[in-house]
Amino acid sequence: MSLIPSASQTVGPFFNFALTPDARLGVLAGEGAEGDRISLALRVVDGDGAPTPGDSMIELWQADARGRYTHGLDPNFRGFGRLETDPNGECIFETVKPGPVDGQAPHINVIVFARGLLKQLYTRVYFEGEAANAHDPVLALVPKDRRSTLLARPVAGRPNAWSIEIRLQGEAETVFFDV
Amino acid sequence: MNEYPRTKPGSQPEYLYEGYRATIRRAPSQPLIQLPHTLSELTGPVYGHNPIGPTDNDLTLHFAEAPQGERIIVAGRVLDEDGRGVPNALVEVWQANAGGRYRHTRDNHPAPIDPNFLGAGRAVTDDAGSYRFVSIKPGAYPWRNHHNAWRPAHIHFSLFGSAFVTRLVTQMYFPNDPLIPLDPILQSIPDADARTRLVSQFDLSLTEPEWALGYRFDVVLRGRRATYFEEGGK
Repeated sequence: MSLIPSASQTVGPFFNFALTPDARLGVLAGEGAEGDRISLALRVVDGDGAPTPGDSMIELWQADARGRYTHGLDPNFRGFGRLETDPNGECIFETVKPGPVDGQAPHINVIVFARGLLKQLYTRVYFEGEAANAHDPVLALVPKDRRSTLLARPVAGRPNAWSIEIRLQGEAETVFFDV
Repeated sequence: MNEYPRTKPGSQPEYLYEGYRATIRRAPSQPLIQLPHTLSELTGPVYGHNPIGPTDNDLTLHFAEAPQGERIIVAGRVLDEDGRGVPNALVEVWQANAGGRYRHTRDNHPAPIDPNFLGAGRAVTDDAGSYRFVSIKPGAYPWRNHHNAWRPAHIHFSLFGSAFVTRLVTQMYFPNDPLIPLDPILQSIPDADARTRLVSQFDLSLTEPEWALGYRFDVVLRGRRATYFEEGGK
């Protein structure tokens, strides 16, 4: 027997009272979590460069500082986060920098949902300046001139703060993956 | 070869569907890059241990009084591609009220807000992959996609299976709704059978006498490749 997976449908504009009522889902790592605590700001913009105010949602899935996917094992770290974008199209997660996983450079897995997206988009966030990026097997699949779209950059003047823009379409369009 | 096979062409919408106007400036223009599955894709958040409140799956009990509208029971199973129930899957639902209005600050459809209805619920599937919600039937509502555009009545579903690649957000529709053939969001799915599978079925065995109508809605998540996998079956 073989069933076919159900079709995706857009998350629509009116999800926040159900999916993102709790800003605590933006905190993946609490005070006691092992590793380097960081903040990661993601901003989602459309093909016109306009923000997606309040009608897109980001989910993160990441390894802990030792590179283990341990959701539910450490009370101070949960590996999963979910936020809606604010009026500026942005959301900011508090987490720790993940360790290398499975021979891959440190990275955070990202799903984008939005009004106007009939199915979710998968992308990844790597960290600019990380030596292991040069040997990452997934980055190696991405044409060189597009790899920078997957790199979070340090925020000037704010230690341990990183940011990245997710461009859904057009110039410097973010690399999305077919998983 | 990936452990979770890619989905059958036509059974999922493409990103760009011009009939749904918001896709035009949000659909990626570059082809997606095929990603071999690593631990990052094959793991996912575990929800079985998270507390689900006793009334989280009954949207009619979230306020002191009952909401307005036609009480319904929505139940079904979350399955993988081999038809096995997916246990411990978190199922989140949200919907408009009976008048077709969401409890959302930017929904300005001039229909009444029901003070006794939020329209959000959660459940975790049991060992057989079954879930059950009690709610009220949502109303159709207008949107500005095109002239005289109305969404058919629907309930949004969000599901987590066993891996990040099985994540699914979809919508459940109701049988015999005249708005279904006119809805660009549902019609964005090329395959007619795949569209039909998002329409729930009235089910007398789920219906409770003198209390509520029952609708059955099964959801299939991507499944791990077994030793035997048959392409294109049903």
